[in-house]
Parts: sequence; C-alpha cells; structure tokens
Amino acid sequence: MRRFTRDHLTAVLMLLPSLIMLAIFVYGFIGQTVYFSLTDWGRDPAQALAMRPERAFVGFENYARLFSGILESRFRQDLVNLVFFTVFFMVGTLGLGLILAILLDRGVAGEGFFRTVFLYPFALSFVVTGTVWRWMLQPQGGVNLLPTYLGMPQGEFAWLTSRQQIWRFDWNLVPSITALVVAVVLLAVGARAWRGAHRRRGLSFLVVGIALGAWGLAGGPGVELLPFPERRGFNLALIGIIVAAIWQMSGYTMALYLASLRGIPEELREAARVDGASGVQVYRHVVFPLLGPITLSAMIILGHISLKIFDLVWSMTGPDLATTSVPALLMYIRAFRANQFADGAAIAVVLLLLVATVIVPYLWTSLRGEVRR
Amino acid sequence: MSGAPHRRRRSPRWLTYLVLLIAAVFFLAPVYLVVVTALKEPAVIRLSTAWHLPERWHWQSFSVAWEAFSSGLRNSLVLAVSATVISALLGSLNGYVLSKWRFPGANVVFPLMLFGMFIPYQSVLIPLFTFLRDVGLYGGLPGLVLTHVVYGLPITTLIFRNFYAEIPDEMLEAGKIDGAGFFGLYTRIVFPLSISGFVVVVIWQFTQIWNEFLFAVTLTRRASAPITVALAQLAGGEAVRWNLPMAGAILAALPTLIIYMILGRYFIKGLLAGSVKG
Repeated sequence: MRRFTRDHLTAVLMLLPSLIMLAIFVYGFIGQTVYFSLTDWGRDPAQALAMRPERAFVGFENYARLFSGILESRFRQDLVNLVFFTVFFMVGTLGLGLILAILLDRGVAGEGFFRTVFLYPFALSFVVTGTVWRWMLQPQGGVNLLPTYLGMPQGEFAWLTSRQQIWRFDWNLVPSITALVVAVVLLAVGARAWRGAHRRRGLSFLVVGIALGAWGLAGGPGVELLPFPERRGFNLALIGIIVAAIWQMSGYTMALYLASLRGIPEELREAARVDGASGVQVYRHVVFPLLGPITLSAMIILGHISLKIFDLVWSMTGPDLATTSVPALLMYIRAFRANQFADGAAIAVVLLLLVATVIVPYLWTSLRGEVRR
Repeated sequence: MSGAPHRRRRSPRWLTYLVLLIAAVFFLAPVYLVVVTALKEPAVIRLSTAWHLPERWHWQSFSVAWEAFSSGLRNSLVLAVSATVISALLGSLNGYVLSKWRFPGANVVFPLMLFGMFIPYQSVLIPLFTFLRDVGLYGGLPGLVLTHVVYGLPITTLIFRNFYAEIPDEMLEAGKIDGAGFFGLYTRIVFPLSISGFVVVVIWQFTQIWNEFLFAVTLTRRASAPITVALAQLAGGEAVRWNLPMAGAILAALPTLIIYMILGRYFIKGLLAGSVKG
C-alpha cells in the first residue's frame, strides 16, 4: 500500500456522499422494509397512511399467511407464475440469442442490418413493448390472423385471456421440491469442489446436500403448508408475455454471444477441423465450452430482470389480472393500492431473497477473482 | 478420431439466410403493425383487418397523441436529462476515486455499492415512499430525479471504474510530479480522457431512466408522470381506440430508438458493461 496522503483523504471525502446515500437508500431502506414486513402495518386502515403510524410487531405472521394462509392464494400462484416465466424466458432468450449469434458469426452479407434489427427492441421500454404486443396478441386479430395469409385457418388461442392451466401440482409439495432442487445444486457444487482439491469444503456441501435431498424425498416431514391439497400450475395466458419478453431481450443475448464468439481465435477452430471435426463437432467440443462464462453472466442478468418483471405484465394484461400476475406486481398492488404495507413489504423481502440467491454468489466470485489480480 | 473421413459438412448458405430473414420478420412485424394501426382512421380499425395497409393515410392520430402525451414527454425529458447528468458526473468522480485512489476497505465498499444495482426496487419502495413524503418530495419530479440519481450510482460508478482502469497510472504519476493534486489530476488528465466513457454512461442512463416505470408510477402524481406512466394508463383504458396507444408508443419509443440508431456502437458497449466484469 502506498502512503496515505492528503489527496487520499480528499478522494475518500469525495466518495463519501455517494456512499452515505447508497447506505441509506439501499441498506437502510432494505432494513426498514424487513422491519415493516414483521409488523401489522396496514391492517388498521386508519393507521395505514398516518404520518406516524402505530405498528405492532407480529413476527413472521405475514410470511406464514403468504405461504400457507387459506384466504391468501394469489401470492402462491404469482410465485408459480414467476418460476415458469423465468424458466421459459431464460431458455427462450438464451436459445434464440445463441442461434442468431452463430448464424451471424458465419459471416453473412448485411450483418449490420440484421444486428440492428435483432437488438433494437432492447432500446425500448417494457411499457412500449407491452402496449405493442397487447395489440399483436388480440385473439381475433394480430398474430392469430397470420395463418390465414398462408391459407390456413385462423389461430384460436386466447393469448392473454386464456384461463387454461397445465402441469398442475399440489402446493404442499413445494418445500420438498425446493429441497430437492437445492440438494442437486449442493451435490453438484460439492462434487466439483471434491474433485478440485477442496475436499473439506466439498464434503460439507455433499453432506448437507444428501441430508436435504433425503428430507425432500421423504416428502418434507415436519412442514405442513395447507391442510388440504391446493392445485397450482402453469397458466397458458403467460405464454404471450413470455413471447414479448423474449422478443425484447434476445437481441441482448445475441450481442453478448456474438462478442464472445468473435473473441474465440480462429486457430482453435481450424485446429479442430484439421483433426477431422465436423462443423457440428467444432461447436460442441470447441465453441460451446468457451461460451460457458458468458452464458452464466447472461443467465444472471436475465434471471434478475425476470424476477423483477413488472412493467411488461402491467402493460400487457393490466395490474389486476390474476392469471398472469407476478409477485413484483402483487407487491405494488398490496402496498400502494390497498395500503397493506406490511404485506407488500413481506412480498418485497421474498423477492429480494430470490434475487440475492442469484446475485450474491455472482458478485462474490466475479469480484474475488478481480481483487486477487 | 483419427480415421474418420475428413469432410466439412456445413449447412447450406441459403438456409442461414432463410432463418435470419424469418427472425428479422419476427422482430419487425410489431413495427409494421404499430405503424399501420397508428396511421388508420380510428373508425376503420378492425381486428380482422389489422395487417392491412390503411386505405387513407391518417396522420392526425399523431397530433392527438402529441397533445395527450406532451406533458408526459416533457416530464420524461426533464427527468432523464437531469438524472443522467448528475449520476454520470458523480459516477465519474466515484470511478476515479475507486480506480486511482485505492484506500483501505475499497475492496469491501465496491461490491456493497454494486449490490444496489441488482436489488429488486420493490424492496426499498415503501421506505422510499415514506421518506420522500416526509421530506416533501413525494409526487413531483425532483423526488424522482433524486431516486434515479441514487440508484443509478452503482452502474455509473462501475462503468467509469472499469473505464479508468485502462488509464495507465504512470500518466497520473507524471501529473503528480508536476504538482497536481486530486482535482488537478481529474480536470487535467482524467476528465479529458473520459469522453467516450461519458457517452456510454449517458446513453445507458438516459435509456434506462426514460424507459423506467416502477418508480415513476409509485412516486409521481398525474401532473409529473413520465411518458411510460401516461402510456400505460392510456393503453389500459378499454374505451380508447388502438390508433392512439400505437401513436403514443411510437412517440415514447422514438428518443431511445434514435439514440440507438445513431450511437449503436456505444450502446452495445454499455450493454456489455452491464455484466459486471465489462
């Protein structure tokens, strides 16, 4: 470390205002939200909007109600919607982006034109995209008319208003399913650490993973969410919103993939071809493994956009349609329409935890590597 | 794989172009539909003829939309310009400090700052609302500007920090020997080299703030509502004919689209910088 001079002091003082602002606006406010989520703020309408509201501490009551309250069922469907939305949105955006990038990387005439066309939706706001796609997806017009121009019958699907639900499962299975998913992740991470000379750490991951998996396989004993089965599933009305989201974001993954494809030295591919690899094999054994890191980055970015998705749903189906709703939207409605601030805060904390499980490991690993440098 | 016959199987070029063209149609079809709908007379807009060209070009929807949205557009412009300028300047200073004046604890402070750009803003929304209400900034543009400046700091700081890491320390050492201090080095060496950094940050911030909806809908009253809120409210009303939301969508999209068309190169740079490592 070099000497700490007066200029260093000035530097720190210049940074200080930003740090204080962020400390208050990020960490202070998150702390307050957590506190609000543990109170009954909003249950008494007279106190809801008071300048100095009386708030009583109620512990985890609000969370318990969200996950297992008999009258509170919208949040649970919203969460299920969010999971399905996230999975299809990520797979679609990464897949389409990768295909477009590979095609453009082969060197085509008019590459600039195609790139511009694929990426421009990214410059739009979700509200514009939503407004436009709402019109595209009107059941009697828009996309559903397109088959008629090819001599086929008109499409019948009620894109945004469908009430159909598929892949239904019992909400009571969610703890077991979650435990199994986390167990699989832990086992994968643990096995990797074990092979890579971090035996101790690997072992602890494996043990926890096995325990969690066993608990999940046993049906999650000790946790009962609801005294009766509650069927949840994938609402088909979400498909339209997923399509619009993929339309908006796949240019972004295309740009990311194209940048890293261009970064792969031509000699590497040439060497593989000399060894007799076919075009497909070159991609499978040489190119795709090198795209791992950028795919991870893209998944993180897309994942956190997806978990926060709000404006797109609002502008496509309005804030009140329950079939397509997501937690971010429900939080707004609870807190700022119904003045149920404690409920809203609890939903917000759930969202924050979801995002943090994705972001914190990412920030941790990507910055740890940088600091060592 | 030694004995395999050496054959390069590549899918034919026309197939590449076919897939690219289909994709281009998928990406452009909404533009076509929006433009033809905006140019139709409201009375002749039918679902069944949505894809038909208008029989008579009807430009009036744009002047009606302009009237309906001019206050939203003005609010968005004031908001986006002022919040962009302030957060870019602060981000530049922060990036300069974090890359050139490393202090003990900087490695802890920086990730803690970055976390702020990933949080779902719902998790700060209620305290933010009560805070702005208590200090008398709720409902108007200044409160929204403040909000966007603060939550813009992580990304602007990140981009400038990565950008300034490219400036060799020797240049600053030379400046120090000439007797320049913290501010002298910034104004004489760092700032003049920052032009393209500023372009990237300004484009990124302007686009983000112009397009933002959650803060806008929560923290402003009708008179100060930005364009996204105005558009969502108009399009949500069932009684409205489709020409108006479509014309409004075009007006709302134009500023960021124009930036993207003219400065696409920098746009992509900002987009790549958004993934932490840059």
